[in-house]
Amino acid sequence: MTDPALIWSYLSREPLMWLTATLLAYWAGDALFRASGRKPWANPVLIAVILLAIVLKATGTDYARYFDGAQFVHFMLGPATVALAVPLYFNLGHVRRAALPMLAALLAGSLTAIGSALGIAHALGVAPDVMAALAPKSATAPVAIGISESLGGAPTLTAVLVLLTGITGAIVVTPLLNALRIRDWRARGFAVGVAAHGIGTARAFQVNETAGAFAGIGMGLNAVLTALIAPWVLGLFL
Amino acid sequence: MIPALATILLFQLAGEVASRALALPLPGPVLGMVALVAAFLTFPRLAAAVQPTAQGLLAHLSLLFVPAGVGVVAHLGVLTREGPALALALVVSTIAAIAVGALAFVAVAHLTGVRADD
Repeated sequence: MTDPALIWSYLSREPLMWLTATLLAYWAGDALFRASGRKPWANPVLIAVILLAIVLKATGTDYARYFDGAQFVHFMLGPATVALAVPLYFNLGHVRRAALPMLAALLAGSLTAIGSALGIAHALGVAPDVMAALAPKSATAPVAIGISESLGGAPTLTAVLVLLTGITGAIVVTPLLNALRIRDWRARGFAVGVAAHGIGTARAFQVNETAGAFAGIGMGLNAVLTALIAPWVLGLFL
Repeated sequence: MIPALATILLFQLAGEVASRALALPLPGPVLGMVALVAAFLTFPRLAAAVQPTAQGLLAHLSLLFVPAGVGVVAHLGVLTREGPALALALVVSTIAAIAVGALAFVAVAHLTGVRADD
């Protein structure tokens, strides 16, 4: 029988173990999310991140070693961003019919998301590199990570901020828009897609099919707009 | 599935090359997405061919955020130091963006007489 320490030293050097752990943690997170009745606060990604962070701490594994295994999952963010072309293309009919209201909501929502977040962070004395990681937080994660890298922010910090933004949006959207007495499902869905990307879009689909379709369009358009305006808005504060 | 995946990777590759060669502010995959929508408009059959693979990829989109999200372990210092400021910025900006976006949509739909489809 081989010494267990030798087996551990093999496993901790190879990508297999952390790739497997990533999928298992997400599986557990998704199971808890379903068990909760798909409540926005029981986000499967957040649960998976917490589980993996605990395992890394407990085994004394650093992030770079973990990422050697997890990079295969991370790589798929690029192709997934390109794949967003499919829902965008199949919803172009919606885009044409409500082009002007969508353009107004996109510009107003995106500028408010970036400008108010940076304004508050700046007023409270947040460091410039952390502000660069914060700027693209309303865009969908693969795009936000790319923007953050090009602005000099930490991509991993952006990933966490994007996640927390999505969860916040999914939790507040229904009570907030009910209080404002907005009943147009297109407006409700589109606004949450712009402000809270995929997690907000998933929430919109749970509430109403039309809201979900418009949320998906809002997410796709804001991915492009954020890439264009985030560097400029950040420049106003630095 | 292989032709669809190859198409997606080709558009990402073209996007990365264009983004770097022209020093554009848009990340390569975003350029790839925009170019792929343009290609679908020109060749509608391409959209039908890519659709199943793209939907499979997007169905598990949230799994793909996990490795970057775990990077939080490398930022616990920043998060404890700047945590309250970042939390306030996130919550207030998200509430403001949803409210402003929805109000702008309703106001312009009213002004231009665009009615709901359904």
